[in-house]
Amino acid sequence: MMLDHADPAMRPTEPIDLKAEFAGAGISEVLDGLERDLVGLKPVKARIREIAALLLVERVRQKYGYATEAPTLHMSFTGNPGTGKTTVALRMASILKALGFVRQGQLISVTRDDLVGQYIGHTAPKTKEILKKAIGGVLFIDEAYYLYRPDNERDYGQEAIEILLQVMENQREDLVVILAGYADRMDKFFTLNPGFRSRIAHHIDFPDYENAELLSISDTMLQRQNYRFTPEARAVMDRYIARRRERPYFSNARSIRNALDRARLRQANRLIAHDGLIDPAMLTMIEPEDLLGSRVFLEADTHAGEVDT
Amino acid sequence: MRVTQGCFSYLPDLTDEQISKQIQYCLDNGWAVNLEYTDDPHPRNTYWEMWGLPMFDIRDAKAIMGELSDCRRIHTDCYIRLSAFDATNTWESLRISFIVQRPADEAGFMLTRQEIGGRMMRYETRAYGLQKPEGARYGD
Repeated sequence: MMLDHADPAMRPTEPIDLKAEFAGAGISEVLDGLERDLVGLKPVKARIREIAALLLVERVRQKYGYATEAPTLHMSFTGNPGTGKTTVALRMASILKALGFVRQGQLISVTRDDLVGQYIGHTAPKTKEILKKAIGGVLFIDEAYYLYRPDNERDYGQEAIEILLQVMENQREDLVVILAGYADRMDKFFTLNPGFRSRIAHHIDFPDYENAELLSISDTMLQRQNYRFTPEARAVMDRYIARRRERPYFSNARSIRNALDRARLRQANRLIAHDGLIDPAMLTMIEPEDLLGSRVFLEADTHAGEVDT
Repeated sequence: MRVTQGCFSYLPDLTDEQISKQIQYCLDNGWAVNLEYTDDPHPRNTYWEMWGLPMFDIRDAKAIMGELSDCRRIHTDCYIRLSAFDATNTWESLRISFIVQRPADEAGFMLTRQEIGGRMMRYETRAYGLQKPEGARYGD
């Protein structure tokens, strides 16, 4: 029993106000911000609330001497591209900082190239350099499965994996590692590297966005850049999303962002080509033709392997 | 003879905990921390060996304490100093520098006097340690 290990002098004598602890940590602002700023992602938000609750209770337990060692906080985020893994990782770093489980709360986002060297003896210093930057915060490894290449036994990725595993085990209080990638490949990666699986406490799966959610995301994205859809353009965007989803290389919110970037490009061209004076309000308006210029609409049939434009 | 230089030279040597707090202060100000070592303690020796590059983009003192302990392990009998560089426009120079390790046995300096023309006197300070070749000056 944990109680037997606790120092009797530290035991609580009065009821604990968890709500006050919750408010005091400033964590509800982070969670509310998560709820407000991110569209959809219901299961993810629920999981993060659970983890935040666990961490809060853990912190209170530490305070009263019930917890004996630093909890394992390493996580894996799985989901298709553009489902908000990096964004959520950033929020996670603030939550961990608010609760004092990491000291500084920075997020260092890396991929295989940042960790693995190109020749013998290059990998360890490279990985250690990154780890040094991540100490006190969160190390986010995107597409972590590329670290391990089973087809090449001389691959230097293995060396990076060994260093990471060691740090994940021995420096748990110094940094939190989040591995991210496609669900199926991550599963395979974990099967081939059981060391990682056992060191990761929380697996969070990011679902794809619904069409309606993507439409609302596109509203927010435009709003942030001081643009907006005309009502007709919004209807076109709705159709665009449905069509874009069927095409290859669909990557959720990222595809939407790219589509909007191109719509802005067409809008600018349209305004330049416009004869006569321009109403300032036109600078903020995305019209249907800005979207209808997309190849998604121009081509009736999809060509496999083609990138969206 | 105890060599002193830089900040806190009037204080006893800082403990690791105190060093760590100083480092965190530097990092919080956005300064890049740098480690240097030497076995030539002469006060006019400004060219100390660098322990790797100045550590940019580091947020937590623990990372630098790790480097410091590596440096101490390899250069057991050297002076090690820690400095922090402020890259802010108009500063662009060191903001802090202090000694974080010294050899167990500091031999001190010999003062030699040389009489020159007109009963003039020329003085020279020479570290006793320097009589041995580089790398063998302190310790055994």
